[in-house]
Amino acid sequence: MIDKGELWLVMILLGLGSFTLRFAFLGLIGDRPLPPWILRHLRYTAVAVLPGLVAPLVVWPEATGGVPDAPRMAAALVTIIAGIVTRNMLLAIFLGASTLYGGLYLLG
Amino acid sequence: MPTESSKSIFFQGVRDSAPFILVMVPFSTLFGVVAAEAGLNVFEAVTFSFLVIAGAAQFTAIELMRNDAPTLIVLISSLAVNLRMAMYSASLVPYLGKATLAQRAWAAYFIVDQTYACSILKFDARREWTVKQRLIYFFGVAAPVCPPWYLFTGVGAVVGQAIPESFALDFAIPIMFLALIGPMMRTRAHVAAGFVSVATALIFAFLPYNLGLLVAGLLGMMAGAQVELIDSRRAERSGS
Repeated sequence: MIDKGELWLVMILLGLGSFTLRFAFLGLIGDRPLPPWILRHLRYTAVAVLPGLVAPLVVWPEATGGVPDAPRMAAALVTIIAGIVTRNMLLAIFLGASTLYGGLYLLG
Repeated sequence: MPTESSKSIFFQGVRDSAPFILVMVPFSTLFGVVAAEAGLNVFEAVTFSFLVIAGAAQFTAIELMRNDAPTLIVLISSLAVNLRMAMYSASLVPYLGKATLAQRAWAAYFIVDQTYACSILKFDARREWTVKQRLIYFFGVAAPVCPPWYLFTGVGAVVGQAIPESFALDFAIPIMFLALIGPMMRTRAHVAAGFVSVATALIFAFLPYNLGLLVAGLLGMMAGAQVELIDSRRAERSGS
């Protein structure tokens, strides 16, 4: 369970930090352009952090005590492929969740 | 051409972003559910959405806190996911940079993927708009996107407290993230960043304090930037 003190600390600092990122240029830095190499790296931050966050959760799921598990693995593959092919987040969630529950039902 | 009234511009914004409600409602509901599963009450979940309004960063923070990651790692990882907001901020400067400080601060708070995407398209198409008209449009775009984000986080948190354990909700977070990641894979560079991130995170999973994720993020970013550089040079050489 998440500690309440830590939760509020994270909420407030993350709120302030997110606002600072949003306000950084519009409010403070003005229209001085950033060097291209920084922009080039910034473009890939989300796509570099999120897959790394999710990979261990898929390979070593918490619910099975860290043992790789077929329904969860299949659900993950279906979700990512559906997302790439259809570009539709909700459809990908729906197909992934259907695979998970279908798989859990079939394989127990 | 007749001058447009403030009201009509506001409602143009509302209309342009209204389709996003279809995405925001389930997404924020899901955040509420996941937050409730992680032990947050309704007030905490809604406050979280109100302070941060950034889905991917909120999910990241909850997931890392659930795994007892150190607070500093939680903050760095979640803010890294949000770094794109700084890019949005930079690209809005030519259009909103002349607004008053208070107006810019309010606009900054409402910069999210959807408000940015709608506004930048419109501002580019309607070069004749004044700063005031642009701001009115921007807040019109935010109206159907941000308030439902808070509201349905609350709905999700209420629902989440009622969902029994047997629903395998442990896997809601991975599915959520994967569904977010799929549509991000727009170019070879994005795919490279994603692959390097996954491989690095798995190899360095043994590192304490979730430091593996920071290594993965750093190497993934560098991979994406490098591939972009290589591909843009190749495109130049082929004379396109």
